[in-house]
Amino acid sequence: MSILVNKHTRLLVQGVTGNEGLFHTTQMVTYGTTVVAGITPGKGGEWVLDGKIPVFDSVKVACESTGANASIIFVPARFSADAIFEAADAGIPLIVCITEGIPVLDMMRVRNYLDQKGSRLVGPNCPGLLTPGEAKVGIIPGNIAISGNVGVVSRSGTLTYEVLYALKLVGMGVSTCVGIGGDPVNGTNFIDCLQMFEADPLTEKVVMIGEIGGTDEERAAEYIADHMTKPVVSFIAGQTAPPGKRMGHAGAIIEGGAGTAAEKVKALQAAGVKVASHPEEIPSLL
Amino acid sequence: MKLHEYQSKLIFAKYGIPIPKGRVAATPEEAKHIAEELGGRVVIKSQVLVGGRGKAGGIRLAKTSREAEEIAGQILAMEIKGLPVRKVLVDEAAAIGKEIYLGITNDRAAHKPVMMASMAGGVEIEEVARTTPELIIKVHIDPLLGLRDYQSRDIAYRIDLPREHWRIFGQIARGLWQAYLDSDATLAEINPLVITGDNRLLALDGKMVLDDNALFRHLDLAELRDLDVEAPSEVEARRYGLSFIKLDGSIGCMVNGAGLAMTTMDIIKLFGGEPANFLDIGGGASSEKVAAALRIILTDTNVKAVLFNVFGGITRGDEVARGILVALEEVKPQVPMIIRLVGTNAEEGLRMLANAKMITAETLADAARKSVAIVNGEAVA
Repeated sequence: MSILVNKHTRLLVQGVTGNEGLFHTTQMVTYGTTVVAGITPGKGGEWVLDGKIPVFDSVKVACESTGANASIIFVPARFSADAIFEAADAGIPLIVCITEGIPVLDMMRVRNYLDQKGSRLVGPNCPGLLTPGEAKVGIIPGNIAISGNVGVVSRSGTLTYEVLYALKLVGMGVSTCVGIGGDPVNGTNFIDCLQMFEADPLTEKVVMIGEIGGTDEERAAEYIADHMTKPVVSFIAGQTAPPGKRMGHAGAIIEGGAGTAAEKVKALQAAGVKVASHPEEIPSLL
Repeated sequence: MKLHEYQSKLIFAKYGIPIPKGRVAATPEEAKHIAEELGGRVVIKSQVLVGGRGKAGGIRLAKTSREAEEIAGQILAMEIKGLPVRKVLVDEAAAIGKEIYLGITNDRAAHKPVMMASMAGGVEIEEVARTTPELIIKVHIDPLLGLRDYQSRDIAYRIDLPREHWRIFGQIARGLWQAYLDSDATLAEINPLVITGDNRLLALDGKMVLDDNALFRHLDLAELRDLDVEAPSEVEARRYGLSFIKLDGSIGCMVNGAGLAMTTMDIIKLFGGEPANFLDIGGGASSEKVAAALRIILTDTNVKAVLFNVFGGITRGDEVARGILVALEEVKPQVPMIIRLVGTNAEEGLRMLANAKMITAETLADAARKSVAIVNGEAVA
């Protein structure tokens, strides 16, 4: 079992003919994900991957022709909000946006619109999802995780790989890994994922990887204390980050003393969460 | 990206927000001319991108144009919190009755911009926020609808603004929201918005922070960037699309991904070392980027060792190795280097680096331990 993506996922790729889109579509198909179509406005009627995947001009048409139930977005930041609106208006229930650098006002409009539409967005600025052995919807290297009972949710990209790899080295497998992205405003948050992992019968424990900035980890800690029966282990990146500086991710900035690693660790520990001092310590805490 | 007070106020004025008469000056003579135009009594305000200018002596009143020249000369020779004062704003002096705070920023948790207002405005607003937060009124703005007129009336009512000012306050609130929206700001703030002695509303100070991710659609605003606030190495890094922040330690770090880069800094500290920088080479880093990154790290003479931590995903290990070889050829670093390379094409990358005399590490913890041992002068295999 798993959350959000599995062998029944039928995926569209928005921006399929771009460099990144094409490279990762190939990787996802190689992994075994069912990619049913790609979208590039103006290139409808073409095919990619040696005639295996048809390209459409719009999400709506692609959806009607292929019965897609998820979409992944690789379009440049300035066009990303529009791509998400298009997927939501076509009725796609799961939209994953990999693109980094989307203006925050664009994301606030997107988020407030999606809240009225019933589509779920994962990301942006995220590595996507991986349900080992079933589907990869994103850019997480497929060979660094094996199937198992640990649910992983993370705000980071390569740090997530680090954790998956550490689990694999000790033979621990993953039910689903969700990269929710490092932007200040995103679609799916920690609590959404914790809720789904709690309900998923084959997830037995959860790893939550946070970082400085915002208060998502603190709110997740409250949720864990009140609602989670499954054990949660956490790691928070940015313990040595100086305040007021943007650490690459738009989200990883400490403002006015709020959102420091120390506060997050304290809140999580108070909720009964074991917090690792570095990623390689996580498996032993599980 | 932060804007200076004078830049922010010029934007505000375009949106119908009343600001004092005044102009910016780069020399004492210019300041004198402006003061003469304004009738003598002026406020000379240093334009630097840090808070606490007033307390540092960077904002002073001049009663005559001669005095304006003298004070401008003194302020232009100052450094405030390490930043040189290159410009002063010369504003007409206003008689201050009451000080209001009015600002907009993004509330991440609510996914909406939030407008905040208080009758307890002025330099102590942060203290007010800490000790008496109930004195600050907050109203969320729906990003799809914008600020509604009733919301600004509601704010005026809740902060007890005298009714005679409601109409102009509504215009100011609407202007501030429109300026925020049109500039893709993450902060737009008037503190204080004063009720003057002759009973007008006037934005005495202004502050804007813009979303760096949105500057592609505001090329005019992007040109206003003040490079003084950044270390030269940070400016250089931005040219190559690298995310770099200079710190004070001795272990240089080159990592792909922001979260992993922060984690690398954390683990260095955990094992008793100090990171010299934050550096994210980003996904799919090319060899030119890697070479530029290494050059930037090594311009810092505090750096006694460099730790490379690369987890290949989009970024390929062989590409990174190629970049390192190019950089080594060019920079010829004198400090030891530790590399930890895993993921996509890592074996090939490590093979390419076999003759580069780098110390290899299997895991992140191993890499951090070795780096710390090296800067402490211990021998490492």
